[in-house]
Amino acid sequence: MADAGVNVKTVNLTIEGRPVTVPDGTSILEAAKMAGVLIPHYCYHPGLPVAGVCRMCLVEVEKFPKLAPSCATSVGEGQVVHVHSPKALEARKGVLEFLLINHPLDCPICDQAGECELQDYTFAEGRADSRYREPKRFNPVEDFGGDVLYVQNRCILCTRCVRFMDDVAKDPVLNVSERGDRAFIGKAEGHDLTNPWAGNVVDLCPVGALLSKDFLNKARAWELDRAPSVCTGCSQGCNIVIDTRDNVAVRMRPRPNADVNQYYMCEVGRAGYREFNRRDRVEQPMVRNGHTLRIADWEDAITAAARALAGQRLMVLVSPNLSNETLFLVERLVAHANGQAAFRVDTGDEVALPGVPDLALRSERAANATAARQFGFAQLASAQLSLRDGDALLVVGEQLDGIDVADLDRASTIVHIGTTLPDVLAARANVVLPIANISEEEGTLTNLRGRVQRFLQAKAAPGLARPSWYVMADLLAAAGGEGQYFSPADVFDALSVTHAPFATLSYERLGLLGLPVLSPEIASAEVSG
Amino acid sequence: MSHGPSASGGALVAAPLHGAHHDEPHVPVFTDAARAELDMILSRYPSKQAALLPALWLVQDARGWVSDASMAEVADALGITPAYVKGVTTFYTMYHQHPVGRHFIQVCTTTPCNVCGAEDVVTSLLEHSGCGDLGLTSADGRFTVIEVECLGACGFPTPIMINNDFVESVTPESVPRILSELK
Amino acid sequence: MGFPHPSHPRETPILSKYFGDAGARTLDGWRARGGYEALQQALATDPVDLQNVVKDSGLRGRGGAGFPTGLKWSFMKPDGKIHYMLCNADESEPGTFKDREIMRWTPHGLVEGVALAAHAIYAETAYIYIRGEFTEPYAHVTRAVEEAYAAGVLGANAMGSGKRVDVHVHRGAGAYICGEETALMNSLEGRRGNPRIKPPFPAVAGLFGKPTTINNVETLATVPYIIKHGAEWYKQFGRADNPKSIGTKLFSVCGNITRPGNYEVALGFPFKDFLYDLCGGPLPGREIKAVIPGGSSVPILTREEAENTIMDYEGMAAAGTLLGSGGVIVFDDKQDMVRQIARLVRFYAHESCAQCTQCREGTAWTLRIMERIRDGEGTAEDIDTLLSIADNMTGKTICVLSDSCATPVVSGLKKFRGEFEARIAANRSMVTVPGAFRATAA
Repeated sequence: MADAGVNVKTVNLTIEGRPVTVPDGTSILEAAKMAGVLIPHYCYHPGLPVAGVCRMCLVEVEKFPKLAPSCATSVGEGQVVHVHSPKALEARKGVLEFLLINHPLDCPICDQAGECELQDYTFAEGRADSRYREPKRFNPVEDFGGDVLYVQNRCILCTRCVRFMDDVAKDPVLNVSERGDRAFIGKAEGHDLTNPWAGNVVDLCPVGALLSKDFLNKARAWELDRAPSVCTGCSQGCNIVIDTRDNVAVRMRPRPNADVNQYYMCEVGRAGYREFNRRDRVEQPMVRNGHTLRIADWEDAITAAARALAGQRLMVLVSPNLSNETLFLVERLVAHANGQAAFRVDTGDEVALPGVPDLALRSERAANATAARQFGFAQLASAQLSLRDGDALLVVGEQLDGIDVADLDRASTIVHIGTTLPDVLAARANVVLPIANISEEEGTLTNLRGRVQRFLQAKAAPGLARPSWYVMADLLAAAGGEGQYFSPADVFDALSVTHAPFATLSYERLGLLGLPVLSPEIASAEVSG
Repeated sequence: MSHGPSASGGALVAAPLHGAHHDEPHVPVFTDAARAELDMILSRYPSKQAALLPALWLVQDARGWVSDASMAEVADALGITPAYVKGVTTFYTMYHQHPVGRHFIQVCTTTPCNVCGAEDVVTSLLEHSGCGDLGLTSADGRFTVIEVECLGACGFPTPIMINNDFVESVTPESVPRILSELK
Repeated sequence: MGFPHPSHPRETPILSKYFGDAGARTLDGWRARGGYEALQQALATDPVDLQNVVKDSGLRGRGGAGFPTGLKWSFMKPDGKIHYMLCNADESEPGTFKDREIMRWTPHGLVEGVALAAHAIYAETAYIYIRGEFTEPYAHVTRAVEEAYAAGVLGANAMGSGKRVDVHVHRGAGAYICGEETALMNSLEGRRGNPRIKPPFPAVAGLFGKPTTINNVETLATVPYIIKHGAEWYKQFGRADNPKSIGTKLFSVCGNITRPGNYEVALGFPFKDFLYDLCGGPLPGREIKAVIPGGSSVPILTREEAENTIMDYEGMAAAGTLLGSGGVIVFDDKQDMVRQIARLVRFYAHESCAQCTQCREGTAWTLRIMERIRDGEGTAEDIDTLLSIADNMTGKTICVLSDSCATPVVSGLKKFRGEFEARIAANRSMVTVPGAFRATAA
């Protein structure tokens, strides 16, 4: 046990023959995890209050008169616990049989197939046949509102969803209704799962009883590729997984991070996957020739871009959803050219998840405004760019929604680095350089608390689009700036050398859970909540 | 905590009023005397939520059944959610979730009464009440008959409850007379 | 409600002495019959002394579990925390109807016992949880509590002792499971009547999270007599050679018996005498076939077994069953055991709270098989399945409702297997594998 302090009492016990030492008060189930033993379970979840109702986690503890529910039983000194003894296996087999007697044979049409805990444990430890000869219970499907569909037939009444809404979302809109085998998850008329955090019940549900309407029938779990990433819906920086099928993003799910989002993410974040699949992408570099933008090769386009920006006052408008690496390279360019950079951020209502400390859908609806501020970029309060006549404008990642066109016309040249080509630039941009979106490249982001977290590539960028840091690095070099970067890690290393808070950091050190880097005061400047 | 005599099951009225139909607009239950009674009940517990079962009894005594709108009113009065109230209401057998006959008849058919012919009493009740089947209300609105589990009157088979009253030692033969006295 | 019979000469009427005596219902009537002397005395006694007297008396919980009452009280210490005393008046065990009589005829006896117990466990507040169906007992107890407050027996200065004792009556709403102590607490707190996982035990964290003691009506009604007459007096009732079962017990007798009703006898009474002498034996022309001696959750006895059993905790255990709540259900030779066991299983399936997988699904599955056998569509494999399900339902759940459902099935198959087999053999349907032609075939 590490630096837990001298006052933490520990308990020694043996689980499946493995000795393990854990803090006093730990449940046998958690102690087993620490010993590397998985005790099958349904209703238990580390983020929820213990219920102890599914009875799947029963283990044999020597000298106990009955099997013990390991999620609800504390460790005791010297206990000898058997997870796979004949008695425990038989008990679990019994639970599985009971769960399956009314459970419909929906696997072929059920979204959960392939990532279903009922399938998993039944395959591992359940009966090969069914002894049930009676008609199965049948109930219709119910729309719970929001993104959630409730397929009552498949429900195993683990009550994770009810406990989540009660204790974590603190919005008790779900209940257990009726009694006995008539019981089901219910809600009150007119009170739906419209809470922005309600979609987490779909992740929590161990079976296919609670489903995402958005994801319904879109893909099979085994067809999906998964990449760890960070949500860009707001500045909270929830850790996520982006699921893709054939290079199309189909779903985003939370990835556990005890220091950021525990096990959850909100609906605004989840809906963000659609943005990754936009079809109106710029796929080739383009250079203006007269009235039209013509396709060019990368080398020519970069050269044209550097030439277009040279010799004038440089103004860079960046998206606050660009990675630390890309923003760092923008900062280098701005310093080299003695220019300025700015960004705009959308805001919305903040919605906290009350049961988790410091977790909310943040009012700042962008993932990396903290870094943008850190690099000295100005936050624009309005759609006014404050360009001076003759400025060179470099737009990186910004969609220019609501931008004053007259403002744009002040620029003498415009270079656009982006995923799409906004209409207002189709007639004005001198050079267009296509880049990957956040799901198509690798990098890091800094959340509102100054935590730096890595995101990995989930799918391939279309056409000839390149990672944003790559394009910025080339542009910087073409403009005469210093540094050669062959990977995002190289950029990050350079960033860590020049920016004190990032010193000693590396991708290895950051891992997939990130590290707190900037002090909260710096990070939270100008951020509410 | 209260300092007075206490009973948290609501006043036992002679017969609940034949309840409003689902579609009728909800008239609040907790006004005047009922509100005062609820306040007195609330004083007996350290939490508002503990007054839930008594509050539901007040509703059922006043209206004859517990509607969704009533549940919402109770939820509001106790500072809990309608979904929570519904989860509790549907757990307990005695709260009606739809209007029932003026005389709601519960017949015990659990084993001790079953071996003494309780099912014959049920048959007789269904026949003479005009209900047609268990759980249905007779056309004249007088009766609803259901089977219930052990009423704790096993020594006097077959016991039935008519609203809040026990009538024990009922036989198939005594059913017509019993029903005829219920208006 | 029905009228109790006069005491049989071989009964020992302590609790039942005033059953049928309407005068005992009022405060003055109760006092005139010696009531509230014990409470007066107790309020001036140190709780530890009260606990010790009850311990010494050998009184065990009369609701069904038989836990030593004094020992249970001794778990409550003067820790400065709020304590709660709970009276479990949720009598719902099939075959049991004794608590209702105590409440109907001697409500002040119950109030006295509750108040006394509250003081003995350092509680100022007590709740009497009465099942919703018991409207008449509820009316009597409520009135008794009102009278007690009006007379200063309850309240801030109970009987002038300077001690506060508050008693509130709380009405249930139709759920057998609320007779389980932690489910009762949840129900009192305004929740679904779900039993809680133990530990923590009620004495540590019970009602509203506070140390709580809960006792059955009969147990609490007995306490004033023990305090008044002493532990030695109580010890005179019982088998001389069995000090573990002391006192009298109300047995509720029902089913196919000549004289159903409540009978109060000293523990250790021979069951055969009880059934034939006191209760009048079977109806004319019939024979007793089976007896469930302690409420439907205890194993079934055959007539022969019952005739050789002693009515106390150890005697019943020696016969392979339990004293339980003392609800004696008698089945004569005209009864169809398959049908009646199916009906018992239906009771448990209806009452399951739905938390634990084994109980929620197992009670319903058992019911469906039992009804199919009852209706002539059983197969030989059904018996093995029933026993396997019963085993999977036993010892694995938060509370013992699941085990209680399995019990009549297991003991029924053990003792009356022939009736099951005959029913199955009579299956003339063409379907030899039920369900083979339904969509759910395995």
